[in-house]
Amino acid sequence: MSTAMNSNKFAWLLRREFWEYRGGMFWAPMITALVMLAITMLGLITAEFTVHRHGIQLGGMNLDHVVDSIGAGDVAKVHTAIDIGLVGMSAPIGIVFFFVVLSYSLGALYNDRADRSVLFWKSLPLSDTETVLAKVVTALLVAPALAVAAMIVLHVGFLILLSAYFLMHGIGHALLLLWAPSHLIALWLKLFVSIPVNALWALPSVGWFLLCSSYVRSKPFLWAFMLPIAAGFLVWWVRLMQAVSLTSAWFWSNIVGRALLSIVPFSWMSKASLTSEQLSIHVGDDEDLQMMHHVLSFDSIASALTMPNLWIGAAAGAAMIAGAVWFRRNRIESYA
Amino acid sequence: MSVVQARNLSKRYGATVALDNVNLDIQPGRIVGLVGPNGAGKTTALKAILGLAEFDGQLSVMGLDPRTHRTELMQQISFIADVAVLPRWLRVGEAVDFVGGVHPRFSREKCLAFLARTKIQPTQRVRELSKGMIVQLHLALIMAIDAQLLILDEPTLGLDILYRKEFYNTLLSDYFDHEKTIVVTTHQIEEIEHILTDLLFIKEGRIVLNATMDDVGERFAEVMVNPDKADAARALKPLYERQVFGKSIFLFDGLDRAHLAELGEIHKPSVADLFVATMKGTYA
Repeated sequence: MSTAMNSNKFAWLLRREFWEYRGGMFWAPMITALVMLAITMLGLITAEFTVHRHGIQLGGMNLDHVVDSIGAGDVAKVHTAIDIGLVGMSAPIGIVFFFVVLSYSLGALYNDRADRSVLFWKSLPLSDTETVLAKVVTALLVAPALAVAAMIVLHVGFLILLSAYFLMHGIGHALLLLWAPSHLIALWLKLFVSIPVNALWALPSVGWFLLCSSYVRSKPFLWAFMLPIAAGFLVWWVRLMQAVSLTSAWFWSNIVGRALLSIVPFSWMSKASLTSEQLSIHVGDDEDLQMMHHVLSFDSIASALTMPNLWIGAAAGAAMIAGAVWFRRNRIESYA
Repeated sequence: MSVVQARNLSKRYGATVALDNVNLDIQPGRIVGLVGPNGAGKTTALKAILGLAEFDGQLSVMGLDPRTHRTELMQQISFIADVAVLPRWLRVGEAVDFVGGVHPRFSREKCLAFLARTKIQPTQRVRELSKGMIVQLHLALIMAIDAQLLILDEPTLGLDILYRKEFYNTLLSDYFDHEKTIVVTTHQIEEIEHILTDLLFIKEGRIVLNATMDDVGERFAEVMVNPDKADAARALKPLYERQVFGKSIFLFDGLDRAHLAELGEIHKPSVADLFVATMKGTYA
C-alpha cells in the first residue's frame, strides 16, 4: 500500500475524532472565549454608565498627548502589561482545555468498546497503532491548536472592544500601542510554539489515561484517578520512598501529579524555570518584564526542553501508549 | 484455494472450551450457514477468522494469518457483527465519507445508490435512525465494498420480518456473485435456508455437520411412519423421532431411499428439523 494512502487514512482518522468530539474540542474553548468577551463588554458598558451617572469627565486633558509622551522603554512595559492581561484572561480556556482533553483521553479507547461500535471500526482496514496514534495526536496537537485558536479569537475580540472604548473617549493614539503587530504576533507565535512542549509534558498523562481507557471494563475515570492516588497514600503510609531517600512528597509531585495533571497547559513552569540571573541577562532588572519573560518567552519554552523530568515523563507516556495499542488489539473480546 | 482453512483450531476461556480442534475449509463462491445453539462457539470462530481473538492451531483466511495480518485482511473481508454496532454519534454522510476515505475497495456511488432506496437522510445521526434503518445503513456501507469474504453474525437480530426479508434479498440480488463468499450465523435458520449453499453445524466447540445443501438433501430423509411400522423404523437407528397426528416422523442419515419408502412417505427435512435432531441434549 502506498504511503499516500496511509497518510490520507491518518487524516481521515483525525477527522473522525474531530467529528465525534467537535463539541469539546472546538466549541467548548470557543464558547469560553465568547463568554469572556461578553463579560468584558458588560464590564465596559457598566464602566460607561458609572462614569455618566457620577458626571465624571474624562476630557479636560488631552489623553493622546499622554499616550504620545510615553517613552520607548515604557512602550515595552505597556506591551508586557497587555501580554500579561491577554495571557491571564486566557486561563479559563486553559482550564476548559484540561477537562476536555482529560475526558477525551479517558473515553477515546473505552466508549466504543462500551457501545460495541469498536467492532465497526475494526471491520475497516485500519491498524490498532494508527487508530491509537490518531487519538494521541488529537489530544496532544489538534485540541491544543484549537484552544490556541480560541485564545486568539479572545485576544482579538478583547482588543477590538478596548479600541472601541478608547475611541469613544478620544484616545485613538492608544490603538497604536494596543495593536502593535510585533508584540501580538510574537505572543501568538509563542502560544503555537509551546504546543509541542506542552504536548511532550502532557504525554505521561495522556498515555496513562489512554492506557486506562484501553484496559478497564468500566469506570475509566475512577480507575485512572484512584490507582495513582491510592499508590500515593500507600507510599506515604509505608514510607516506601525513604529506602531510596526520596520523600512521599516527591512521589506525589513526580508520579501522581505527572500522571494526572500534566495536561494543564504550561504546568511545566512550576518545575523548570529560568533563574533570576538568566532573567536579568535577557530583560534586565525590571520585575514586570522579568515576570512576563518568565511566564511566556521563547527562552522559557526552550528551557523546558532541557528538563530531564520532561523527557523521562515523555518516555513513560510513550511506553503507556504502546501498552494502549496492545490492549486495543487484544482486549476487546471481553465485550462479546 | 480455500477462503478459510482451519486446522485444529482451538480456543479456551478459562475452563470452558469454546472451540475444540475444529477443522474446516470454506470454498469461494459459497454461502455458508454457521449454525449452533447459544454458546456453541459460533462467535468465537468468527472472531478468530476476523483476527479479533487469539486462538491455538492453524487458521488461514485468504491465505493470511488473521492474527498478524488483520489490517491487510480487512481490505478483503467485510463484517457486520450484530445490530446497533454503528456509533450513535456518527452522521450518515460522515459514515460514507469515512469508509470511502479509508477503504480502497469502497464505491461511494454504489453506497449512495443503496441509500437512495431507503428513507435514510445524509444529515441524520445513527441515533436518530430506527433499528431497521441502522441495519440498512450498515448493509449499504458493507455492500459497497468489493470484498471477497463477507461475515454476518446475527445481522438481522431484533428486526421485523419485512426488514429481515429485504436484508437477505438485497444481499442475494445486489451483492453476491460467484467470486464472493458469505458466512452467516443466525437463529432464524428457516428464513435463510433457501439461500445457503453449505451448512456447518457447531455444537460444544466441535463441527458436527459440514455438508453442502445438496448433500443434505441426499443424505437426510424424513419418513412419516404409521404406528404399526414404528418399531421397524426405530430398529434402523433414526437420528430423531417426533409425533405428529398419531404418526411418527423419523429422521434418518444416509439410508437407502428405496428401503425407507417401504416404511412410509419420504420428505426432505427442513434445516430447522435437522438442527433440532443434531443438537438434542445440548441444554440437558
